[in-house]
Amino acid sequence: MRRERVPIVVVALAAIGAAFFILPLLGLVVRSPWGDAVKALTAPETIEALKLSLFASLSATAVGLVLGVPLAWIYARVEFPGRDLLRALTTLPMVLPPVVGGIALLLAFGRRGLLGAWLNSTFGFTLPFTTAGVVMAETFVAMPFLILTVEAGLRSMDRRYEEAARTLGASRWRVFTRVTLPLIGPSLFAGAVLCWARALGEFGATITFAGNFPGVTQTMPLAVYLLLETNQEASFILSLVLLLISLVVLVGLRHRWLGSA
Amino acid sequence: MEFTIGEGEVVALLGPNGAGKTSLLRAVAGLVPLRSGHVHLDGQILEDTASGQYVPTEQRPIGFVFQDYLLFPHLSVLDNVAFGLRSRGTSRRAAADKAVEWLDRVGLKAYARAKPAELSGGQRQRVALARALAPDPRLLLLDEPLAALDVTTRAEVRRDLKHHLTTFQGIRLVVTHDPLEAVALADRLVVMEKGHLVQTGTPAEVTERPRSQYVADLVGVNLLRGHAERGSVQMPGGPSVAAAGAESGEVFAVIHPRAVSIHRQRPEGSPRNVWWGRASSIELMGNRVRVRIDCQVPLVAEVTPSALKELDLVEGGDVWLSFKATDVGVYPA
Repeated sequence: MRRERVPIVVVALAAIGAAFFILPLLGLVVRSPWGDAVKALTAPETIEALKLSLFASLSATAVGLVLGVPLAWIYARVEFPGRDLLRALTTLPMVLPPVVGGIALLLAFGRRGLLGAWLNSTFGFTLPFTTAGVVMAETFVAMPFLILTVEAGLRSMDRRYEEAARTLGASRWRVFTRVTLPLIGPSLFAGAVLCWARALGEFGATITFAGNFPGVTQTMPLAVYLLLETNQEASFILSLVLLLISLVVLVGLRHRWLGSA
Repeated sequence: MEFTIGEGEVVALLGPNGAGKTSLLRAVAGLVPLRSGHVHLDGQILEDTASGQYVPTEQRPIGFVFQDYLLFPHLSVLDNVAFGLRSRGTSRRAAADKAVEWLDRVGLKAYARAKPAELSGGQRQRVALARALAPDPRLLLLDEPLAALDVTTRAEVRRDLKHHLTTFQGIRLVVTHDPLEAVALADRLVVMEKGHLVQTGTPAEVTERPRSQYVADLVGVNLLRGHAERGSVQMPGGPSVAAAGAESGEVFAVIHPRAVSIHRQRPEGSPRNVWWGRASSIELMGNRVRVRIDCQVPLVAEVTPSALKELDLVEGGDVWLSFKATDVGVYPA
């Protein structure tokens, strides 16, 4: 079979486009001080940041699942006025500069924020500059990915399976847990992984809302940024770790759930 | 429309596509709300728009076999069959035991651990039936149970289905657009067109005395409607047909295509009905030829291929047709 000739101009532009992404990654790999890798990775601050990052991003994913799945279900299944507006509002952080998100969070949950002032005066606790604040900032930025993915899954599933379950005497809860959730499993998983990966890389909203305190709010991306000033080699190594995690997630998703077309 | 199904009866709801059969079935199941009307089962009110009563689908004692079965793809065959029992509070163990029993009954015990995707169409149909029957419903609803199968397996599955339907003691309502399926499976037919009931009766009654053009076409007979008086049926604004029998008033007249003879010259003899017309279509069906003739009212005649050859008839040709008054079946409209 004769292969179709690909226009040379397209190839050239595509090559430049690909190089634009690959060169920086290559730079990271080549310039990383591999000799100091173990030392950098086992430094207490690194371990601390890594542990905090994992804890906060997994918590954000859990919160996203608990709150995001019901939202997605309502967007997919309930018709009500203002639904499109509400969906736009709850997915706004996908396009909002994260720093703006952080400032907005401060104005709502900060010590003098809309809800934060009341929380502070009534219960005496504050959210900004705490680990809980990190989870909030990450959830704020990452949950929209989960909402949209799960909503798409709910919309594309064949609802007649739910009807079949009802004719078999299944309560609404049983229909949801035994039929709906398993059938949208791939979307649920993809949404959760996207949400988790986004939370893991979160920087702007976190540093704005939660600050940068080692062991409390200093996640990996924050540590990388800080180390850039004091210990460049270590920051390169940590960057590489984040890069690898992202790559594994992306490749894994594509193969297992997103279906390489 | 209103109809009642007796204890232990198999009723087929027959009608052309878009007649509202599936909607009716879904309404009986409670999957779509009634705009007005009522559904009673064994004296229990399932839904009544007049009094506002409504029993949700999951609380109705029904089993539903869907057209494409809708077996849960993520569950094993066993778990599919056990699903209804588990939903209604049977313990995991007891539900599994009963599901195995049902799978054995439909001859699929060996496939208990398989996923629905691994089964053939006919096997899936049997699993769907077992799943619907396992919780012991009072009413079994089947929506085009054979439509998803290819022609080669359909006859076999139909026989199986008939067998399983016979062993189930509750009320059975089958929706179909296939008259063969309806006649094979049901004790009684309910014929529905455009949301209205047009005829109900045993398969023999319905096929012998069709009461709509749709049923007449299914059975393959000529159906006329007119006013009978003194041995003839006068059609509104059309010809009259000589018919034996003493009926009078509004009647249907049915003429079997085999009873209609075709001639190239005006025939002479005993037949009381002799019309002139034009052959509008000629179709070979097995060892018969069906000739559609445009005359005062369009009629179909059925002849053998050799008779057609002798007549030297082609589409558009002029013909005379005749049929005896004794071959016209007349019954009140």
